[in-house]
Amino acid sequence: MSSRDKILAAVKQNQPDATPLPAMQGLSGNMPGTLDAYRKVLEALGGSLFEIKDESEIPALLATHYPHLQRVITATDMQRAWANEDPHLLEDVDMAVVPGQWGVAENGAVWLTEGEIHARVLPFICQHLAIVLPCERILPTMHEAYEKIGAPQTGFGVFIAGPSKTADIEQSLVLGAHGAKSLVVFITGR
Amino acid sequence: LLKFSIKISMNRQTADHATLADKFNEDEARVNWHDETLWWVRAKRDRIAWTIPEWELLRETASQIKLNALGNLYEYLLQFEQQAQQNGAIVHWAADAEEHNRIVTDILKKHGVQRMVKSKSLLTEECHLTPHREANGIEVIDTDLGERIVQLAKEPPSHIVLPCIHKKKEEIGELFHEHLGTPAGNADPQFLTAAARQHLRKEFLQADAAITGVNFAVAETGEMVVCTNEGNADMGAHLASVHIACMGIEKIIPQRKHLGVFLRLLARSATGQPITTYSSHFRQPRAGQELHIVLVDNGRSRQLGREDFRNSLKCIRCGACMNTCPVYRRSGGHSYHTAVAGPIGAILAPNLDMKDYADLPFASTLCGSCSNVCPVKIDIHQQLYKWRQVLVKEGHTTAAKTASMKIMSGVLSAPRTYKTAGKMGRWVMRAFPGMVNNRLNPWYKQREMPAPPAQSFSEWYEKNKKSS
Repeated sequence: MSSRDKILAAVKQNQPDATPLPAMQGLSGNMPGTLDAYRKVLEALGGSLFEIKDESEIPALLATHYPHLQRVITATDMQRAWANEDPHLLEDVDMAVVPGQWGVAENGAVWLTEGEIHARVLPFICQHLAIVLPCERILPTMHEAYEKIGAPQTGFGVFIAGPSKTADIEQSLVLGAHGAKSLVVFITGR
Repeated sequence: LLKFSIKISMNRQTADHATLADKFNEDEARVNWHDETLWWVRAKRDRIAWTIPEWELLRETASQIKLNALGNLYEYLLQFEQQAQQNGAIVHWAADAEEHNRIVTDILKKHGVQRMVKSKSLLTEECHLTPHREANGIEVIDTDLGERIVQLAKEPPSHIVLPCIHKKKEEIGELFHEHLGTPAGNADPQFLTAAARQHLRKEFLQADAAITGVNFAVAETGEMVVCTNEGNADMGAHLASVHIACMGIEKIIPQRKHLGVFLRLLARSATGQPITTYSSHFRQPRAGQELHIVLVDNGRSRQLGREDFRNSLKCIRCGACMNTCPVYRRSGGHSYHTAVAGPIGAILAPNLDMKDYADLPFASTLCGSCSNVCPVKIDIHQQLYKWRQVLVKEGHTTAAKTASMKIMSGVLSAPRTYKTAGKMGRWVMRAFPGMVNNRLNPWYKQREMPAPPAQSFSEWYEKNKKSS
């Protein structure tokens, strides 16, 4: 008997009587899905937020707040040779600007998928990350987020909440562990 | 007095945990610092939990989802396997640690892997994968900062979420000076983290394969969710041409929407943050990549059959039970001599080996704080108590302890003997305090014995009942 069959047989024999799944009701409480609520949590995580009219304002804002950027990649650019290249070549990206699908007010997270970022490693390997999110796409909690996201459409998706961080050395919080050292969220359409 | 003699033999029984804890306790200042640091993390957990009015409902819901997952585990495992294969992943099954290590090594050999990066996986710690692979000539680099630090120090992690919580920054500075060439004497966390970032970026860029753990595996979609703050799992998995995800079979949850419940609880319970920086959903290998999933039993199906202990399989590895545990905080993670320390480790380990871990369920005050903070409501302190009974029955306790338990049981079931023993004990404590206030009595360690009461409660009750 293979290990697979042995394990499955043991599990089948030992598993307890099946119980029903709980109702997923009343879990969201009164959490507001507002921009203010979202901003508060994101800033507490070390991220920053700018309200803009549309994406054309982004280059000027980046030039002001990140004056030393060399390689900037915008995932929505029509020309993106990098998307088909070896992902290791993204190592020198200083700033990646990517579109977000949904924001979550309770924890500052934004949902991104492979469909928009094109290279999975992009939002992690860049030194700094910018996410563009339409204001009406901010939801109260993770429950609404999964409801909106629905079934997976791509091979990879991620919630990103703030810059990469660690507190492994004596619980001192340091931003910029392995992923992006800073995160800025541009909110459009308010 | 009788009670004290039993305590002495109990202490001998728990020599493993107790001896290691004694060692940790030699440096009192460090123990106090360790204790306070973990209590600070526990307090952060409380503060953020109190901001969620539906917190208790979330815990109850999570517990019920996990119970449903255990009750249908056979069906969910089959569903997960089928979905994962449809997604293009290669699924392996490992009955024990040895088979798990062999499967992983075979995959690496097939691809001629020389260097690989690993993000945090408690399962691979449980299976002692790294020593196994290094014996096979493959260099394994831990990429979680805390895990990299203990790897450089040639130590195991001491906490499942905070692997080097026992280390002072000066010691880490010294390690980095020796291994990464940072300037001697620099112990600034910001500086050391930046040095580790540069060092590990090189490893990410060179690695041929990446191994990750799994926080949640969804039966409905065949996807796996991996949570990190550092981004190390993603840096590894999205660059390497081979991704190996290793998971215990109990990581299965039924549906995607259930992730909402667990992701709301996990980081809040672990470190008091609203969510980890990255919650990555791996479903398909990226173009040109191989994705392997190793499903590991290693005693889990056996634990599933133990009615009193199966709920331990609900664990989502947040570490809240350790941060709150008065014993863990003062004895340190290494005193548990197992991959998962603390209260949850003490109920999981005896299932792996009753003899080797017979001491762990006794390393507890049974105060119940662990059960109160557990996000999936595992009855941890009750299972600790039940394990003690199993271990005595199965003969995994010393003869001295079994004998003293028998005497204790005899005394407690005979009221007259109990009264006499109590009287004798009180008399001895008054007449010969040196008999209890000495180094042979572990209860005397680091504290004075209380003054013996003049009378027992029964005596007091008799007297006061008559006078009223």
